[in-house]
Amino acid sequence: MAAVTLKSIIDEFHLEEITNFGNTEDILITVADVTRPGLQLAGYYEHFGPDRIQLLGNMEMAFLKHLTSEERFHTLETIFSKGIPCMILSRHHEIFPEMLETSKRYSVPLLRTDETTSTIMSSLIKHLNVELAPQTTLHGVLVEIYGEGILILGESGVGKSETAMEIVKRGHRLIADDLVEVRRVSDSTLLGQAPEIIRHLIEIRGLGIMDVKELYGVSSVKMQENINFVINLEIWDERKVYERLGINQETTEILGIKVPSTTIPVRPGRNLAIIAEVAAINFRQKQMGYNAAKALTDRLFGPRKNTESSGT
Amino acid sequence: MTKRTVTFNCEDSLHMKAIAVLIQKASAFRSSIWLTRGDRRANAKSLLGVMSLGIENGMQVEITAEGPDEEKALDEVAGYLTSPQF
Repeated sequence: MAAVTLKSIIDEFHLEEITNFGNTEDILITVADVTRPGLQLAGYYEHFGPDRIQLLGNMEMAFLKHLTSEERFHTLETIFSKGIPCMILSRHHEIFPEMLETSKRYSVPLLRTDETTSTIMSSLIKHLNVELAPQTTLHGVLVEIYGEGILILGESGVGKSETAMEIVKRGHRLIADDLVEVRRVSDSTLLGQAPEIIRHLIEIRGLGIMDVKELYGVSSVKMQENINFVINLEIWDERKVYERLGINQETTEILGIKVPSTTIPVRPGRNLAIIAEVAAINFRQKQMGYNAAKALTDRLFGPRKNTESSGT
Repeated sequence: MTKRTVTFNCEDSLHMKAIAVLIQKASAFRSSIWLTRGDRRANAKSLLGVMSLGIENGMQVEITAEGPDEEKALDEVAGYLTSPQF
């Protein structure tokens, strides 16, 4: 199961460590949820998720302030004893002495931020959603053409890298060559990027490894991009029937999400970069509500219907 | 589909060269061959992909092959990883 260490969260959000028991590397966060434990402080623990980050804001702190020292200790001891990964205080709230004590007793780190509760909550959830997202690695090339993230898949030696090189030369951007790390960051979004070691490198057979960023500058590369469209390259098969009209939208499933795709047969002399470019533009046009194949159907069959109906 | 786990054995600091030769060997087969280290998986015919695995001397690598010549491919790749010669 995907997990992030508490240490990485502390570093990412510059959280102040009020108590540190040297265990932040070992504490793992596995759910992308953050709880404001208002009801729990009031004593209600049904459906409580102890594996979530707990966040105290204005309301929770005001509630705790109203309690007597004894009640406060008891309330805090109950929540700290549930095995929560950490307790975060927003808005740089003052710490109650009972909080320090219970944090120490159960070795649960007490953290603090200057940010407001809803800001830190939404950034934490967003960060966790990306980090904990289901992921896979695909053998392919990810480029950005006219703002669309296009993933090119195909067997070794079919010409993916060469196509990527020409796409970059035509003014678009490279995200990853050879190996694409894909994360499912939401139920409809796939995010792709390159493993850090080989980021922005391309291998062209006969030339070797090339650094696209060094060769063509920062405007030719991008760190990450959503995958909007998939192009499957395959060696031209005489017996196979390829799409001629573009009426049916083929899809390719990645991590359970169906991405619109197309299969393009490769044959010497076919300029794949231009085909990829056109596929991207065509995809954008379809997104904006125009489908050339449908328009042609209307032109062919629409008027006839009209004359028939006008004749009656 | 056939798979096997082997230990990469290459003390030489030239292991980038070793990987380049590995790619050539893998590319000679029709089967698709995959290398896995930890939670990362790469196509054995892709140079950058295999490099991104960060395989170092003494590491465990799982080889998976699927296709008409998978047995031969697996033997060749496994044999090369355990004693690379280049």
